[in-house]
Amino acid sequence: MSSESYIRRPNRPLQVYAIVFLIVLYVPVLFIPLFSFNDSIYVRFPLEGFTVKWYVELFHREAVWNAFMNSVKVGAVVSVLSTALGIFGAKAITRYRFPGRGPLVGFIMLPLVVPLIIFGVALLVLFSQMGVPLSLYTVTIGHMIVCLPFSIATLLPRFEGFDPSLEEASADLGENAWWTFWRVTLPMVFPGVIASLMLCFTVSFDEFIMAFFLTGTQPTLPMYIWGQLRFPQEFPSVLALSSFIIAASFAIVFVGLWINRGAHVSTIKGD
Amino acid sequence: MSDQTLSGASSSDMPIRRANWFARLIYRSEAARGFALLSPTLVFMLVALLVPFMILVVMSLWTAVGFDFDTTLTTNNYQQAAERPIYGALLTRSLWISGIATVVTVVVCYPMAYYVAFHVHRNKMLWLVFMTLPFWTSYLLRVFAWKVVLGYEGVINSALMTIGLIETPLEFLLYSKEAVIITLAHAWAAFAILPMYVSLEKIDKSLLEAATDLGDGPVMRFLRITLPLSLPGVISASLLIFIPTTGDYITPALLGGPDGAMIGNLIQKQFGPINNWPMGAALSIILMLVIAVICVVFILLTNFVRRRIS
Repeated sequence: MSSESYIRRPNRPLQVYAIVFLIVLYVPVLFIPLFSFNDSIYVRFPLEGFTVKWYVELFHREAVWNAFMNSVKVGAVVSVLSTALGIFGAKAITRYRFPGRGPLVGFIMLPLVVPLIIFGVALLVLFSQMGVPLSLYTVTIGHMIVCLPFSIATLLPRFEGFDPSLEEASADLGENAWWTFWRVTLPMVFPGVIASLMLCFTVSFDEFIMAFFLTGTQPTLPMYIWGQLRFPQEFPSVLALSSFIIAASFAIVFVGLWINRGAHVSTIKGD
Repeated sequence: MSDQTLSGASSSDMPIRRANWFARLIYRSEAARGFALLSPTLVFMLVALLVPFMILVVMSLWTAVGFDFDTTLTTNNYQQAAERPIYGALLTRSLWISGIATVVTVVVCYPMAYYVAFHVHRNKMLWLVFMTLPFWTSYLLRVFAWKVVLGYEGVINSALMTIGLIETPLEFLLYSKEAVIITLAHAWAAFAILPMYVSLEKIDKSLLEAATDLGDGPVMRFLRITLPLSLPGVISASLLIFIPTTGDYITPALLGGPDGAMIGNLIQKQFGPINNWPMGAALSIILMLVIAVICVVFILLTNFVRRRIS
């Protein structure tokens, strides 16, 4: 026991470092909500006074609502489709040995690392050559590329963490594969599925670069913000909108990660 | 869905007399079942990743003529990219900026990963969630936050002026390489921690005890046990940050200004205002190739060093 004590001994400087690290990680982002309540169109100290007028004004803008609905639609479709494909993929990867599995998994995980601008322009070129007009559908396909690796990375540890003999038992007891999936597999990986849905929704909801290249006439919310950034007088309302998005994203992701806790450690492998 | 029902035939003991060759293959071969189950995902990725990428390669060999393309294959774009100094300069700068950002991120995040792996015993999960939370949320808005912080009349400048430390705003804060590096390091920190944490967490604590028993102090113990064993995590963290940041568009566009522009901005310009898609395609391919080469060299180098150490 005594030999372990030096490892367990609290390391004060490191503790301070960790706390400073977390503060620095969050503080820049927190300035956005801080200034969104500031009663001035300039983003600067000293603060002028508390107001919610930027939020109220935002609430009455039709363009914001349209962009919001576009983002929600895309996010919902993307999260469901990516998670469905992710379940198939994760099950195949964990349950079966087949030649070329490693490289194939690496290929599917590529969008995690390769600069998205490359896939963005590649899809843009494909759609334009095929004569497909840019729309929310093209954005959806782009976002699925981004979300699929996240979905699989979220689900993989779930599949790895449960005993395949449970599925075999179900099969032995006479359930076919479909019912085995519904009654055994899905309940076992359910936290991962929920987490994947929530994470994919947020990633899609917040995603910018794919949308930047693939959006047609209907902007998503990040595209709308991007458009507003050019106008200095719009700065406070952009801050208000951003605060709302940040709050929503943080809440959804936190719940998602928390539901899926315990399967979190081995998220990223190799590449 | 058909995959499910087909592989269903395999796990139930229903005789498959009428089944065709495909069902028999699925029934017999584990590999076939694996492929069948992976196929929806794989087909989607092939159609959405590989096909567009191949078309991108082909397009990079075309030439832009006004609003149309001359589809005779030529390496003109690549020659131009090699000859005109602006392309090379932007590419070098991108690699340089993301290289520094990567080093900064890894150095800053390593102690954090170490702390959570070795010194957090309760609520470890909560720490991990809080460290990775920002990574999942809007990249655009996290970059935008830095614009608010570093801006001409931003948080830092106006705070310093209110206190009275400076008379006029510091201009170098925004629109510089440094602004881009700080923002990149901050934005990717959450991504860097995870792989390093995983490899630190895996280290067998009894090795550390052994080192102590054999007379190593804390510093030697760290240098001889912890650091080498966590090197795989450090390497994958470096690659996970370096590769995507080289092609980053948002950060240099919002915070870079002319001095901090990167290759991603140039690629976007080719597809936007300049409207020379084949050139943009060529630049994307060059970016991919350069990144690939650097990664291979980096991995070979670290493997070599690791073999020399052990």
